[in-house]
Amino acid sequence: MVIGNSDVILSVKDLTANVDETPILKGINLEIKAGEIHAIMGPNGSGKSTLSKVLAGHPAYEVTGGEVSYLGQNLLDMEPEDRARSGVFLAFQYPLEIPGVSNLDFLRVAYNSKRKHEGLEELDAFDFDDLVQEKLGIVKMDAAFLNRSVNEGFSGGEKKRNEILQMAILEPKLGILDETDSGLDIDALRIVANGVNQLAHSNNAMLVITHYQRLLEYIIPDYVHVMANGRIIRTGGKELALELEERGYDWLLEAEAVV
Amino acid sequence: MSTTVQSLVNQPYKYGFITQIESDTIPAGLSEDVIRLISAKKNEPAFMLEFRLKAYRQWLKMTEPNWAEVGYPPIDYQKIVYYSAPKVQEKKKSLDEVDPTLLETFEKLGISLSEQKRLSNVAVDAIFDSVSVATTFKEKLAKDGVIFCSISEALQEHPDLVQKYLGSVVPVADNYFAALNSAVFTDGSFVFIPKGVKCPMELSTYFRINNGESGQFERTLIVAEEGASVSYLEGCTAPMYDSNQLHAAVVELVALDNAEIKYSTVQNWYAGDADGKGGIYNFVTKRGLCQGVNSKISWTQVETGSAITWKYPSCVLVGDNSVGEFYSVALTNNRQQADTGTKMIHIGKNTRSTIVSKGISAGNSNNSYRGLVKVGPKAEGARNYSQCDSMLIGDNAGANTFPYIQVQNNSAKVEHEASTSKIGEDQLFYFTQRGISLEDAIAMMISGFCRDVFNQLPMEFAVEADKLLALKLEGSVG
Ligand SMILES: Nc1ncnc2c1ncn2[C@@H]1O[C@H](COP(=O)(O)OP(=O)(O)O)[C@@H](O)[C@H]1O
Ligand SMILES: [Mg+2]
Repeated sequence: MVIGNSDVILSVKDLTANVDETPILKGINLEIKAGEIHAIMGPNGSGKSTLSKVLAGHPAYEVTGGEVSYLGQNLLDMEPEDRARSGVFLAFQYPLEIPGVSNLDFLRVAYNSKRKHEGLEELDAFDFDDLVQEKLGIVKMDAAFLNRSVNEGFSGGEKKRNEILQMAILEPKLGILDETDSGLDIDALRIVANGVNQLAHSNNAMLVITHYQRLLEYIIPDYVHVMANGRIIRTGGKELALELEERGYDWLLEAEAVV
Repeated sequence: MSTTVQSLVNQPYKYGFITQIESDTIPAGLSEDVIRLISAKKNEPAFMLEFRLKAYRQWLKMTEPNWAEVGYPPIDYQKIVYYSAPKVQEKKKSLDEVDPTLLETFEKLGISLSEQKRLSNVAVDAIFDSVSVATTFKEKLAKDGVIFCSISEALQEHPDLVQKYLGSVVPVADNYFAALNSAVFTDGSFVFIPKGVKCPMELSTYFRINNGESGQFERTLIVAEEGASVSYLEGCTAPMYDSNQLHAAVVELVALDNAEIKYSTVQNWYAGDADGKGGIYNFVTKRGLCQGVNSKISWTQVETGSAITWKYPSCVLVGDNSVGEFYSVALTNNRQQADTGTKMIHIGKNTRSTIVSKGISAGNSNNSYRGLVKVGPKAEGARNYSQCDSMLIGDNAGANTFPYIQVQNNSAKVEHEASTSKIGEDQLFYFTQRGISLEDAIAMMISGFCRDVFNQLPMEFAVEADKLLALKLEGSVG
């Protein structure tokens, strides 16, 4: 891997954030370089989803301190749609249902918003259709899903696959996957993991939030971070995930409390 | 919800300009003399003056209704101007002789009246304050026996037809505002489709209120004889004034055996400012009579403007197997109030009606659906299906549904479904996280919500309606 600032995709320094006046993130530090896959693990309520939403710019979360630089820009200054158009993608833990808006229209408008941002011409409906057909294979999704309303009546697994389809079309620089594995049976898990592996390459980075090390058997991380109570309390290689699987989180939390 | 959503619905009203034109305006106030003056100015046949005076005398005995979910200060009917017409009164033979200021006004509103630029398949009657200034394609329509002209002209040229049908669907004393309209109406459109004729083009009337003190009281009458059919569209805009203007229209539709009338409205009167100052009071009576067997009347409305909307386009289903439909999108924002819906009165056998109502409320607005489905004792096999959906944008908007169902025949089947949904912050974030702007997000959700209604509009106008709603909602979310 090349060392140098140019390939730092995301750099988070002492990030703190509140929800409804309650501090949730209490000083996050994280650096992600191109070509890397980072995993964040940690008990429920430790602030993993909060971190993902703060990075994506959800208006309900208030950043109270720290810095985030994304491809050299101040991410915290950017509107959520501009973050997205510049390549920040969040696969939601709970994807939203949008009644009355077809999946295909949603994807096309999203894709063209990004094209416009990049100064490229928008794709017309026909060309876009070709693009989608090609991407459907990545998550083995049936074309029939395209004409349904976004996520409406989709099963849990179908929603997660739809998130990865969106990611495949938007080709992010930084993909954040929030518990994309939860609620998936083993076949769906393989499909989703396979999709992510196809989309990860040397010019982008993935931040994979998960509860279980199971997913990390398919998506091999370069780093594993353990988050607890709004902080990253330990960082290691992929073997850390295995250790957590065996021993749970308590020993780590206790070790931290002692230190 | 934060300010972003709010700022989205608050787009400036782009039709708010005032045309400087010399007009023939009578002093404000209402009396029998004023009514005689209006009738004389319009050189009306005697029956018309009788009709007006009868309505006026009834109106004096009536009181303003107050049952709707709307509130407004008392209206001083003596402060309203009941007749205002652009000078150069003489109706022009060719459109190219019409006052260029007026042509320009309609041009600015997107309605081209000039021979070269107008829509090739839509005939337009343009009404400016109290009078019709131009009607396009009259000669072409006349070849098929179709009469499309202003009601003033119809009173001169086809008085018998007007006398036969005027007030036959909405009697002079039907309600307070209808009685007022019957007394003082100054213009409107008249459509007559003779037996067996399918009207070869869309007919459309465009209403423009210009004068700040004048009320607009137009009267529309559409008659489709046996086997005839027509699709008619009205559009409306007004300048922005700080004061409120009254618009009290009456529309009557008559469909004989096997006739079909489709009536669409895109209403975009000025709605007042963000604090509720100014705007049109839109108190309208619209009713269609399915007099003949197998006749059909369909109302489609997109209501986006007005400070207050009070309007219940209705169908009286007299003919056996006749069909009534009501498709409505009503959008309110800021301090707008709307109380709108329909009445389906089933009298004949096997009559059917469908109601699809979509209410969207943003800002501090209030949007009520009020609908009556009435099945009379002789309406064997009558059926109604109603669906009323409300969508709330932000936390301060309100929606109500008041369905009234009266069934006097056991074989009737009446179904009612209702839903309320809300555009939430998380849904919007889902869009923005995918790079879609808030404006586009709302436009996409609203257009999905309204699709069943927009699909009923004539093609050219469906796109317009979609754009109009998106524009109206800009700034309302966040
Ligand atoms: N909208 C909210 N309002 C109040 N508390 C919240 C909100 N969202 C999250 N929290 C709290 O923040 C903490 C972290 O939540 P979250 O980031 O979802 O954790 P994780 O994803 O690690 O399970 C939890 O204690 C949760 O209850
Ligand atoms: Mg979570």
